[in-house]
Amino acid sequence: MDFSTPPYVLAQTSVRRVMLQVLAALLPGIAAYVWLVGASIVLQLLIASLAALVGEALMLWVRGKPLTLFLSDGSALVTAWLIALAFPPLAPWWLVVVGTLCAIVVAKHLYGGLGQNPFNPAMIAFAVCIVSFPALMSQWPALGLKLSLAEQVQIIAGLAPRIDVMSGATPLDALKTGLKLGEGNVDVQTLLSSQEMFGNFAGRGWEWVSAGYLFGGLWLWQRRIVGWHAPLGFIAGLSLLAGALWVWNPQQFADPLFHLFSGGAMLGAFFIVTDPVSGCTTSRGKLIFGFSAGLTTYIIRVFGGYPDGVAFAVLLLNLCVPLIDMYTQPPIFGMKNER
Amino acid sequence: MLQQLFSFKGGVKPQTRKAPSVQSPIGQVPMPLRLYVPLHQSLGGAPNPLVQAGEQVLKGQVIGAADGWMSAAVHAPTSGTVLAVEQHVAAHPSGLPTLSVVIEPDGREQWIARTPLDHRSLAPERVRELLRDAGVVGLGGAVFPSHAKLTAARTVPVEHLVINGAECEPFMTCDDLLMRERAEEIVRGAAIFRDLLAARRVLIGIEDNKPEAVAAMQLAVRRLGEDHEVVAVPTRYPAGGAKQLIRVLTGKEVPASKRSTELGVQCFNVATAYTAYRALAHGEPVISRIVTLTGNVEQPRNWEVLLGTPMRDVVALGKPKADTSRYLMGGPMMGFEIGDLAAPVVKATNCIIAGSPNLFPPNPPEMPCIRCGACADVCPHELQPFELYWFARARNFGKTQEYHIFDCIECGCCSYVCPSHIPLVQYFRFAKSEIWSREKEKQAADAAKARFELRNARAEREQAEKAERLAKAAAARTSEKKVAPAQAETVTSAALPAAEAAPATDAEAVRKAKIAAAMERARAQRAAVLPRNTEQLTAEQKQEIAAIEARRLALLTSAAQPAGSPPEALTIPEHPTE
Repeated sequence: MDFSTPPYVLAQTSVRRVMLQVLAALLPGIAAYVWLVGASIVLQLLIASLAALVGEALMLWVRGKPLTLFLSDGSALVTAWLIALAFPPLAPWWLVVVGTLCAIVVAKHLYGGLGQNPFNPAMIAFAVCIVSFPALMSQWPALGLKLSLAEQVQIIAGLAPRIDVMSGATPLDALKTGLKLGEGNVDVQTLLSSQEMFGNFAGRGWEWVSAGYLFGGLWLWQRRIVGWHAPLGFIAGLSLLAGALWVWNPQQFADPLFHLFSGGAMLGAFFIVTDPVSGCTTSRGKLIFGFSAGLTTYIIRVFGGYPDGVAFAVLLLNLCVPLIDMYTQPPIFGMKNER
Repeated sequence: MLQQLFSFKGGVKPQTRKAPSVQSPIGQVPMPLRLYVPLHQSLGGAPNPLVQAGEQVLKGQVIGAADGWMSAAVHAPTSGTVLAVEQHVAAHPSGLPTLSVVIEPDGREQWIARTPLDHRSLAPERVRELLRDAGVVGLGGAVFPSHAKLTAARTVPVEHLVINGAECEPFMTCDDLLMRERAEEIVRGAAIFRDLLAARRVLIGIEDNKPEAVAAMQLAVRRLGEDHEVVAVPTRYPAGGAKQLIRVLTGKEVPASKRSTELGVQCFNVATAYTAYRALAHGEPVISRIVTLTGNVEQPRNWEVLLGTPMRDVVALGKPKADTSRYLMGGPMMGFEIGDLAAPVVKATNCIIAGSPNLFPPNPPEMPCIRCGACADVCPHELQPFELYWFARARNFGKTQEYHIFDCIECGCCSYVCPSHIPLVQYFRFAKSEIWSREKEKQAADAAKARFELRNARAEREQAEKAERLAKAAAARTSEKKVAPAQAETVTSAALPAAEAAPATDAEAVRKAKIAAAMERARAQRAAVLPRNTEQLTAEQKQEIAAIEARRLALLTSAAQPAGSPPEALTIPEHPTE
């Protein structure tokens, strides 16, 4: 039976359109990334994308779902790109593939596919790999390390030795280690000004990658693809704790700006905690979700054993989403004065 | 005079596409060969047919009498001969037939006697009856009987009367043209509603994409010396939803659980006000309405159409283009596809849109929900449509009610913006109808249970009574025998004649009970039928009947008392269809 249903007009929108805009919003950050470490990141993006599409196709086939419809929705690509950007740029290719397959096969499709995953797939990939391969996941290229594309490809492909070229730490990690080694005698200002890797307000170079994410994120907000609640909550949560500790003891705690522009904070604020599927859905819920993720990120990255805390913070909060949503249902039209 | 405007949350801005159909004035549709007037054209009870095949009817003659208070009469749109009272395809999404009066026009347009009335000289109750009998219903599309909305709440005075000229659905312009061309009648109709509700202020809300209508209405208000306020409201679908317009104009939010009069506000469509005025001041019942014919046609325009005119006749006037693939009744947001153009124009037909694959492309494939919340952002009732969708899908209907599914007005904003192209409204309709049918089932089961228990109780009581009677009879017999010494017998043998007598008494008692039960059933049937007749009557007649009934009851009870009270158990009517 030919069954038609109102409305007969629809807005020009689709899942693919949404996903493509998210990908576009990542471009400024990626551009800064390329400027900072070279074209290897593009290679990583390609590896991750390919792995994601292959994994997606395989799972769709196994689950008996239409291939073209879902492969073209762009959701796997978003996951892939976030993984590539969260992983060290010179990570071996198989690490990226393992991470991506973890995300697509396990975190996404085994939970029911698009729209059904309780956890952010990219963060699952990050968490699995940093727990399983801590050394590889902590090797970031030293600043000023100028490698040709051929050398980068060789390293990623596993054809060149890794040890010599890696400095092995992010700015966040370096600061933490420096403070720890200093045993209270070294203050943040000295560290930041003495080491070359620290720039104007965060890690040298990395601060601009973060700024790129911020720019892309604001564009997404302006396009109404993401709301302001979750990002602002995240930034507020992170800044609040960082600011409080920094005011209390500026010698031992870096300022909020440093934290906002280091590690995955900006990527997290605009591209991770805004994931609609694994995040909260109510406005208040999004604020609480973002804020708590920001707080937790700070606690993990400053007091925990991992160089950054975004992934674990987000996964932890993903667990709380149903509860937060349940308790933050907004009052409906005409029932605002009733309790 | 600046009216403070409020805003409702959500809403969408689809292309309005109203321009093509406002270029020409309202046209008159030529008399069709046959009129198919459905009897059920409003919410509430379906009117009973008052005419038979072969009968001559006059223009405006009642052919279907309102069935109870929540109903509205239906009239012959022109003079002619009734060919049949039969099932005919209806303008309904289901495409199912409905009882319709088929009239062959005689072309003379001979009216019934029309008596102009001044509503101010009549009791409000009488005015409401007149409106019901003139078939005045909400012409915005909901066809709710208007007289049933014209009683203020007992404790809350009506502060605002909102007259709805927003017309927010794309394509639709029938109210726009009506306001441009017949503004004074609308303004007068609004005054009738105001007087009936004793409303303090009248606010006429019109979307600001209709400046001509706003100007025409303002002029009419000034010329008639009324103090209605004509307010241009921002164009945003569904600003023309009654609750949204009330919110925008008064700041009040009416939840699904309340009547708007409980908040001191009531809302009517402009076309409804127009027909109310025509009905009272000219004695003309609702026999036609303005219909927008637009979309994929060469000549989009508004037409005044006699109710019952086959849609095919109307559509032909617009000259549909070659690639027209379907027709919608109503707007593209809330309307439905007309399966068969033989269906007639009814009171709810505000717009007919010819559609082509170009104009209304087929819906893209449905994807899974990604919980993006776009639907929640646009929901004018601030619901969480995606949550409702999950619950409806899982058939968790209790949860859908917890998440206020009955506050959903099915405006379609959520479906409109959904990036996964999920027909959300369909899921909500499904959930609602499931809940309704379950409730009905439950009610039926409860009623059956109650009936069963009552019957058991009655049977038990009857048995007990019978036993008592028998025991008494036996006792009487034994005492008689004791009185007559010649027939004196032992106590043991006394039981024998009693046992002999028992079958006779038993059979008699059963027969009596059967007769009484039959009488009672007949009475119950009469009682079930009677109110239908009495509800058509005027207030005075009703009072008179009530007085007569009271007298009769008094007589009955006084007559019944000495004859012994009838068995109580039998007053419970036994339903014949059981």
